Amino acid sequence: MNDVSSSTPVADQAAMLSMRGITKRFPGVIANQDVDFDVVAGEVHTLLGENGAGKSTLMKILFGLYRPDEGEVRLNGKPSGITSPSTAIEAGVGMVHQHFMLVPTLTVAENVALGLPSGRGPLTNLDAVSARVSEISEAHGLSVDPSTEVWRLSVGERQRVEIIKALYRDARLLVLDEPTAVLTPQEVDDLFVILRRMTDEGRGLVFISHKLHEVMALSDRISVLRNGQMVGQTIPSATSREELAEMMVGRSVKLVPDRPPVETGDVRLEISNLSVRGDRDTIAVKNVDLSIKGGEIVGIAGVSGNGQREIAEAVAGLRAPEPGGSIRFDGVDVASMGTRARRDAGLAYVPEERMADGAIADFSVSENLILVDHASKSFTKSGLFDRQRIADHAKKLVERFAVKTPTIDTPTSSLSGGNIQKVIIARELMSDPAVLIAAQPTRGVDIGSAEYIHSQLIEQRDKSTATLLISEDLDEVLGLSDRIAVMFEGEIVAIVDAADATREGIGLLMAGVVDAA
Amino acid sequence: MRDFFTLSVIVATVASGIRLATPYLLAGLGETVGQKSGVLNLGVDGVMQLSAFFAYWTMLERGSLILATLVGIGVGLVMGAIYAFVTVVLQAQQGISGIGIFLFGLGFSDLMFRRQVGSPRPVPQLPEYGIPFLADIPNVGDALFQHNLLTYFAFAAVPVLALMLRSTTFGMNVRAVGENPQAADSLGVSVGWTRAFAILIGNTFAGLAGAALVLELGIFQPNLTAGLGFIAVALVYFGAWRPVGIMSGALLYGLVAASVLQMKALQIIPRSASDIAAMAPAILTILALIVLAGRVSAPAALTRPFSR
Repeated sequence: MNDVSSSTPVADQAAMLSMRGITKRFPGVIANQDVDFDVVAGEVHTLLGENGAGKSTLMKILFGLYRPDEGEVRLNGKPSGITSPSTAIEAGVGMVHQHFMLVPTLTVAENVALGLPSGRGPLTNLDAVSARVSEISEAHGLSVDPSTEVWRLSVGERQRVEIIKALYRDARLLVLDEPTAVLTPQEVDDLFVILRRMTDEGRGLVFISHKLHEVMALSDRISVLRNGQMVGQTIPSATSREELAEMMVGRSVKLVPDRPPVETGDVRLEISNLSVRGDRDTIAVKNVDLSIKGGEIVGIAGVSGNGQREIAEAVAGLRAPEPGGSIRFDGVDVASMGTRARRDAGLAYVPEERMADGAIADFSVSENLILVDHASKSFTKSGLFDRQRIADHAKKLVERFAVKTPTIDTPTSSLSGGNIQKVIIARELMSDPAVLIAAQPTRGVDIGSAEYIHSQLIEQRDKSTATLLISEDLDEVLGLSDRIAVMFEGEIVAIVDAADATREGIGLLMAGVVDAA
Repeated sequence: MRDFFTLSVIVATVASGIRLATPYLLAGLGETVGQKSGVLNLGVDGVMQLSAFFAYWTMLERGSLILATLVGIGVGLVMGAIYAFVTVVLQAQQGISGIGIFLFGLGFSDLMFRRQVGSPRPVPQLPEYGIPFLADIPNVGDALFQHNLLTYFAFAAVPVLALMLRSTTFGMNVRAVGENPQAADSLGVSVGWTRAFAILIGNTFAGLAGAALVLELGIFQPNLTAGLGFIAVALVYFGAWRPVGIMSGALLYGLVAASVLQMKALQIIPRSASDIAAMAPAILTILALIVLAGRVSAPAALTRPFSR
């Protein structure tokens, strides 16, 4: 990080935003309990916490989507009066959502103008909007062409449009909800420069994130929520990533998993000359060669949408590769096999979309745990399910993988994200696979579960499984992998030994700068 | 076949094709506005049957074409208000709600016809007006510029609606709520009202289409539309959600239908094959849809109810 990390001193003045004693109860849960939170002009105040800690409830209260049971929200000393998106805009409060609030078929200028009076009666006035957008772009270093349709823009550019939208409405207080989730490390650096420029103008920013190194780099103040309560407030110079993680989770956490050296065996997964078409029927994976030995984790780093999903689906048998390539498990070419045959050949797959592809939400935990093997003799007796053995099996796995569930018959959908993921990992690892594809294994998972899942992936590696790890979380890739393959526009542009890999080097490769590492 | 390719027959065929295209064009344009806002209305055919009946009944009772047309519009507005309430306020499934509207329209217009009219009696048709000067152009004038007012209105609505969708604040809101209602909502655009207005516009056009159909024919019978409203929905896909595209589809449909009628009249098509020939426009539409499938994409939020 550049000089953006040098925090400007918090101005000694009244808070722009002051939330006092906020309590919000939902049936059975206290989402926020007596929470105080404030933002002064010119600062970046980070709101840190795990999923379910109460960050989004607090922000929904700020935006008037929820009414607090107790407490009050003041803006510049007066009750905020925000009850809807339009009153929030009038009050000068804006939000950059994690999932961009853009209409892809509209142009940048149209997206900016949406919801505002045009000043030309019923007709739009896009020329004037475009001119103003260009001014804002120039003043803040947010280069983007106002007449381009949003679907043509890169993810980084889309985020700039979101920020321009807020600046166009002259938001004095801006909430950024996990703004870096989809950016490359370099784009993150650029974003931070832009955000610093905004605080220099006296705007106040709320930064919501769980990426600790970014929080340390950008924040002036850090407030940590856990289980709906504010458990602490600190400044970056007085804390460390480890301490922040401990505040979030409530116990000490290993951020970087132990990865003892292990003897690698024969090549168990061998991909050669693999090309795969994506959803838009264009080539998403181009002539990829990759081999992974038993006892090795190879992580794929890359900005999402550069072919990672397609490569995982092709290996798992969910997407047909182009002719001419091969995928071998322990030397057997499986490229033309179906998913069942591939699983019999030693495949395990932890898919990216946990609830859509990894588990059946309405099924119980025990049913999801036998989803792969439900037809096997071990779970059936004369053609019918053997309930007793299924239950024994489920109890064993729930215990071994520390799945927190009331019973094994609980619907899987009522578990937390981390526990659902543990159910899937338990099911996939129990077959002691030759090849494991783990796609985004800890996305949206609490730190405690993530720590546990990481330890399980490493344990499985030590049992001589060849693991292909796909993750948008660069820290995860760096922490778990023995080798790192960087994908850019469907090609593997470099394979780096974990020992030689740096964040910056990988980040440049992810952006397509090939001579970087 | 030689009989068909004479100037007078071709002029008559083009003129009748344009006239036949009118209800498809009106209904298709209305459906386009609704779908652009993310609301599918499969009830177009039912709305058309209702408005056709009430326009016809008004003609029987009062004999006023203006009043009959206004009644057709009124039926469209009422049905639009009902559909907006069901799909926007109650957030019902759009597919099944539209089918409900269709079945209601089919049954209720039939019931009313049997109770109030009984046997079909002809009413005066919409008169045709020549556009000054243009109508005097030999042949071209007869084919293109000698039509009834609803036909002129339908074709005039094409550029108007295109402009509305492209260059007005309301049109931009319509496109936004049809693609990403969450984004529109986050900027203070009322998704509910925008969709409700789009539905009202759509159903008004459907009402007008029903009136145009019955007032061009000058007679009503149960199930008068015979699926015309469903073809209009298909034309929206055919026309890729663009008014000019809808117009091309409606014209293609009208001209093919007019040609088939003309060939039957000239006995170019043997009587035994006439039923099959009557399917030509529908088959053509299906083929066109197959060819076009996947080329263009529907509004992303089409059929998805919105809630915060």
